[in-house]
Amino acid sequence: MLEVKNLNVSIGGRKILNDFNLTVQDGEVAAIMGPNGTGKSTLSYVIAGRKDYTVESGEVFLNGVNLLELEPDVRAAKGLFLAFQYPLEIPGVATMTFLKAALNAQRKQRGEEELSTPDFMKRVKESADKLGIKSDMLKRALNVGFSGGEKKRMDILQMALLQPSFGILDETDSGLDIDALRVVADGVNSLRSEKRGFLVITHYQRLLDYIVPDTVHVMAQGQIVRTGGKELALELEKSGYREYVTEQAVA
Amino acid sequence: MAAVQETVDRVKAIDVSEYKYGFFSDIESDKAPKGLNEDIVRFISAKKNEPAWLTEWRLEAYRRWLTMREPNWARVDFPRVNYQDLYYYSAPKTAAGPKSLDEVDPELLKVYAKLGIPLQEQEVLAGVVNPERKIAVDAVFDSVSVVTTFKEELSKAGVIFCPISEAVHTHPELVKKYLGSVVPTTDNYYATLNSAVFSDGSFVYIPPGVHCPMELSTYFRINEQNTGQFERTLIIADKGSYVSYLEGCTAPKRDENQLHAAVVELITHDDAEIKYSTVQNWYPGDSEGKGGIYNFVTKRGDCRGANSKISWTQVETGSAITWKYPSCILRGDNSRGEFYSIAISNGRQQVDSGTKMIHLGKNTTSRVISKGISAGKSQNTYRGQISAHRKATGARNFTNCDSLLIGNACGAHTVPYIESKNPSTQFEHEATTSKISEDQLFYCMQRGLSAEEATALIVNGFVRDVLQQLPMEFAVEAQKLIAISLEGSVG
Ligand SMILES: Nc1ncnc2c1ncn2[C@@H]1O[C@H](COP(=O)(O)OP(=O)(O)O)[C@@H](O)[C@H]1O
Ligand SMILES: [Mg+2]
Repeated sequence: MLEVKNLNVSIGGRKILNDFNLTVQDGEVAAIMGPNGTGKSTLSYVIAGRKDYTVESGEVFLNGVNLLELEPDVRAAKGLFLAFQYPLEIPGVATMTFLKAALNAQRKQRGEEELSTPDFMKRVKESADKLGIKSDMLKRALNVGFSGGEKKRMDILQMALLQPSFGILDETDSGLDIDALRVVADGVNSLRSEKRGFLVITHYQRLLDYIVPDTVHVMAQGQIVRTGGKELALELEKSGYREYVTEQAVA
Repeated sequence: MAAVQETVDRVKAIDVSEYKYGFFSDIESDKAPKGLNEDIVRFISAKKNEPAWLTEWRLEAYRRWLTMREPNWARVDFPRVNYQDLYYYSAPKTAAGPKSLDEVDPELLKVYAKLGIPLQEQEVLAGVVNPERKIAVDAVFDSVSVVTTFKEELSKAGVIFCPISEAVHTHPELVKKYLGSVVPTTDNYYATLNSAVFSDGSFVYIPPGVHCPMELSTYFRINEQNTGQFERTLIIADKGSYVSYLEGCTAPKRDENQLHAAVVELITHDDAEIKYSTVQNWYPGDSEGKGGIYNFVTKRGDCRGANSKISWTQVETGSAITWKYPSCILRGDNSRGEFYSIAISNGRQQVDSGTKMIHLGKNTTSRVISKGISAGKSQNTYRGQISAHRKATGARNFTNCDSLLIGNACGAHTVPYIESKNPSTQFEHEATTSKISEDQLFYCMQRGLSAEEATALIVNGFVRDVLQQLPMEFAVEAQKLIAISLEGSVG
């Protein structure tokens, strides 16, 4: 379960998250939709522990563990995964090498044995096949020269491999054509379970046709301004975010 | 910035103080009196029982040196060396004579065991230890070679691998013919000094058509205090032969600076190839810049024959000051020179390193891949010269020179000199400077890697092209060294 309580965050003196509150239950898929620049990526980065932000007050719990005091790698080992809006390139580091280093680092932190190479290869191959990732791509440097869609698929592959207890997907649909979107959504759907929660951040409703959420939150000006079921996404698709933005501005 | 800052802080806190080869061994030594004059030069020559021609050769160099000045064009800054305040010769007392392992002082063997250097010839020969590949080692302790392994097995193949002080006696014609033929005694301040006082080093001769049956390597260890280290290495690959040679170096931690001025000369005849690899890990000084080795080294290869090849690979992580430009003279037609370098600087280290590729023959080619990594408050300069002689028709060079910065307090500089006197040459130069970005680090950490692991992974990715050039066992060692010199994830 992810709980965000009264979170106030600023960057460079500018307030981005405004007394933000959100709870996502085990097994729940919650979507956050909202206009560009409203703080969706900021929220995901702060939960994952990126350092540029000033957390003025508030708390974030994952399965009861207070995350805000922990280093990003410790949060990851506790089960948090963030699929990036813009996955990074790591030149010279073969994708396979990176995957193995990440998985073993997490296992080490949790006091688990390193995975043997054959076991590891088997796991990677299974997940890669599902996501249509060819083995020669795994030999290339991580994300270097990958298309936008390939980078997103690679992030989902990492999620499948790391088996987090909570996944945040930040605009995973951006840059994907419809076929790639389906593949990625299938990948995510196959990871849904009673235990594993997801926070799906998106600007467009389209992704939510494939990853059907239990809850939809509308975010504007650094706050959740409305919450509903999956039908709320369709409504937003028609009416856009204007009313929320102006409402806030007037208030 | 924060995560990078933290990495920088961590690096600062541990960096060079984590130098794990910093122990001093209490081994009795036999020294020349302090200071330098003609008598000291004669003393060194006499200690080694050298023939008159060599004593004269040294003295000539010494007289020449008195007229020279220290070079000041490198981007390094350090207090002047007082050349009269140094010892120019120091030998472990027990070293005189032992030429097989069971004759070597066990205390000395312990030092090399502690350094992880494979001197176990007996075990390998007896089949007790069975490494993937055999490596013959010449172990040089301060001014003398203490042992050379696998000599007999090598001599069956006709390969000569021995301390140069021994080669002077056993193969005087070869030494006389080649010594100083690539780096003349007049070459530069440090090389000339070396010619006057050189102590020991390795001598290698590969006869025509022989592919050297094992890797050859020399491990240099400076132990004594206030002692200059002046090795001389000479490698000759005769027609159609091949050798791969590795060089490793360490020194104890000391508050004073220590001078190291070596000369390495390589010669390849027609169709021959020398692959020379160095993992240089001299003590770099502490994080405030106290102590450390001054590494002023002249390394040059002469591709004398047609179709010959010399390849330099270096991983430079140690030394307070590095002044080093392994070079190739591409004299033979179709000859090829290569330079692959990883230079890491941290703390207050200053590195000015690069290469010279001098194209003299027709259709000569050269390739330069340099990766500089600067952290802490260090300065890291690549200085490279590519030149083509009038007659070097069809000469080609490709240079790629990348710098990676970790933190905000260090500097990276690239100084290329390119000159061509022949219109048909093709010289290409690429250079990039980048920083380990906060975003890359955060991305890696989000996947579970610690800041240190993430930095090491990114740096290893950055240097991958060069690491691939190293012989396997050195690549592993180098990878570990990179991690140690950057993060302190020791072990
Ligand atoms: N590193 C930064 N420095 C300054 N402003 C930033 C930085 N990152 C984000 N912002 C600002 O914070 C606001 C929220 O951005 P973001 O969280 O990326 O929004 P969203 O993901 O909803 O589009 C934007 O106005 C953006 O310009
Ligand atoms: Mg965003």
